[in-house]
Amino acid sequence: MDLVGLLGFNVVTGVATLVLITLGLGVIYGMMRVINLAHGEFMMLGAYTAVISHQAGVNIWISMLVLPPLLVGVVGLILERTLIRFLYGRIIDTMLATWGVSLGLTGLMATLFGNVVRAVPTPVGGFSIGRFGASLYGLVIVVAAVASLVAMLALLRYTKYGLILRATMQNPNMAAALGVSPPTIYMSAFALGSALAGLAGGVLAPISGVSPGMGAAYIARAFITVLGGGPAIITGTGLASTVFGLINSLVSFETTPIIGDVALLATAIVMIRILPQGITGRFLRRSL
Amino acid sequence: MTNSALSRRHVLKLGGLAAAGVLAAPYIIRHGLAAAPIKLGSLLDGSGPIGVSGARMIQTTEYAVNQLNAAGGLLGRQIQLIAYDTQSSMQLYSQYAQQLVLKDRVDVIQGGITSASREAIRPTLDRYKTLYFYNTQYEGGVCDRNVFCTGTTPAQTVDHVVTYAQKTWGKKAYIIAADYNYGQITAKWMTKFVRDGGGSVARTDFFPLDVTDFSSAISRIQQAAPDFLLSALVGSNHEGFYRQWAAAGMKPKIPMASTVFGLGNELNSMDAATTDGIVTSYGWYNDLPTPATEAFVKGMQAKYGAGVTDLGELDSATYEGIMLWAEGVKKAGSVEQLKVIAALETGITIDGPSGKVTMDPKTHHTIRNAYLAQPKDRKWQIMATYPDQYPADTGGACDLIKNPKTDKQFEPSI
Repeated sequence: MDLVGLLGFNVVTGVATLVLITLGLGVIYGMMRVINLAHGEFMMLGAYTAVISHQAGVNIWISMLVLPPLLVGVVGLILERTLIRFLYGRIIDTMLATWGVSLGLTGLMATLFGNVVRAVPTPVGGFSIGRFGASLYGLVIVVAAVASLVAMLALLRYTKYGLILRATMQNPNMAAALGVSPPTIYMSAFALGSALAGLAGGVLAPISGVSPGMGAAYIARAFITVLGGGPAIITGTGLASTVFGLINSLVSFETTPIIGDVALLATAIVMIRILPQGITGRFLRRSL
Repeated sequence: MTNSALSRRHVLKLGGLAAAGVLAAPYIIRHGLAAAPIKLGSLLDGSGPIGVSGARMIQTTEYAVNQLNAAGGLLGRQIQLIAYDTQSSMQLYSQYAQQLVLKDRVDVIQGGITSASREAIRPTLDRYKTLYFYNTQYEGGVCDRNVFCTGTTPAQTVDHVVTYAQKTWGKKAYIIAADYNYGQITAKWMTKFVRDGGGSVARTDFFPLDVTDFSSAISRIQQAAPDFLLSALVGSNHEGFYRQWAAAGMKPKIPMASTVFGLGNELNSMDAATTDGIVTSYGWYNDLPTPATEAFVKGMQAKYGAGVTDLGELDSATYEGIMLWAEGVKKAGSVEQLKVIAALETGITIDGPSGKVTMDPKTHHTIRNAYLAQPKDRKWQIMATYPDQYPADTGGACDLIKNPKTDKQFEPSI
């Protein structure tokens, strides 16, 4: 029974981690169709923000949850203005450009802060599930993931900005005809996606080693989850994260992390074959 | 008109001289400048996941070469360091190894960090007969006349870790290791030593270098409830394991020993609460209370700043590898591959940061001191010293004096 509890906790944490690392890409790739290969590096910037601000004496929660999205959001804004906005609609070109950005950011951080692993301490301790111990920080990840999902849902569904955003993504010309400025909306959406990536980096900083190359470990899973989720980014991200996270955690526990990754990829391939548009391309199509 | 005829003659003369000069240039360069520098090639990872360990090794290489040059170089010639950053990429290792051998024509190559990188360049260096020094602790067993391994091997270190663990904590072990040749073979040695000590291995798990989430592994370890955990995890992603282990409150429950932990800057980058008490055994620690250690650390700090507080065996072995080669060159009176090998096979001894280091002629590994230590408050607390350890793992099978043509890596049979 204890084991079931521990496993359940692991699965939920795994799903929440996937949600966090995917949501920002969901906005940038899922909605805006910009293949952002620098997504992992945005996370890396978020993690560095957490490390540096914590070392500078900022409260750990602020340096983890508040500063990373703000700073990375601004970085995203600058990149959108200087680079990305010239490339909308040119998917392959965005891939090349953002790959360059990712290499540049990795190199920049290595130059500025050295190619060493840094860390923030975990702000909360552990707890027991029966005779097993687990990290309370898993709960922080779950809360952060759920909060981001709910906030995004509320933003898209209940605010005027959300309505305009969705309309612009669906048909920019019509939105422009109705008095909306699509470039402004695109700019804000890119900053929003970047901010979410920064948040993921900040939240994951305490349990991973923070180094300039850390982004590479996350990017593949983020893309697979966005593709698996389909056009409705919130429902899609949630569902795909659940499916992939569940399979990955359980198979990893039973066998090894390698087989766990293989199982995740195999599931993704089968799913893309059956549902080429992702889960929400076929089911729950009217969801967000 | 006389003027123009003269100038034509001039032109011809000058042209002839220039052509002769160009044709003779390679000859002059090769033979005319007798004091051309000796070339030492270095292949180390300054960036990427292994850059954590490599950055200091690159500095150590520069430091050692500078020291040799300041003392007048070797055989009256200065040493030129040609270093490439291999960026944790096996492809770059092969590419730069070729470049060092064919284009730069170096006299020796020092480097390689992961065992995968060593195996990527070893065949190339064998083929082009370029002397190779591999200066890190590793899984042991490489038996190749062209290769000298100066770091510690499992019989010198892992054996002591396992013996200590079984004496202090119990008989049942759980092994976690990185999923490439180093981790695979080290796990075999761990298993062998645990069984030799009358213990058992509950399970062995391997993790690719890009794994960052260890929650399922931690659950599985708890379920197996071992008496102690043996870790051979490698690289920056795997450092997450130690954090997640501590965050799950496992540290007081299951003690841990490692064969890699602390070789990078772990003691500086992690909380003392995360690192304290992880038992390790290496050929050198920067907190050893010896004058040689102090001199090495002080020298590095003078050159690279007071922030150099994370030196480890990889750095001392790099330094000692270069010094052993230098002794070999001095003794041979030449930098030619076969002459230097013959000189090194006389059993050269140097005094390095770790103490007395002797090149074992049979195995091309070193007979050196080993130490047992655990971190306490970001400092290494030395728990035991094992003087003059013989590389018995490699020595059990490899004899390059009797069979100089051997070219393989021996592994333990379990």
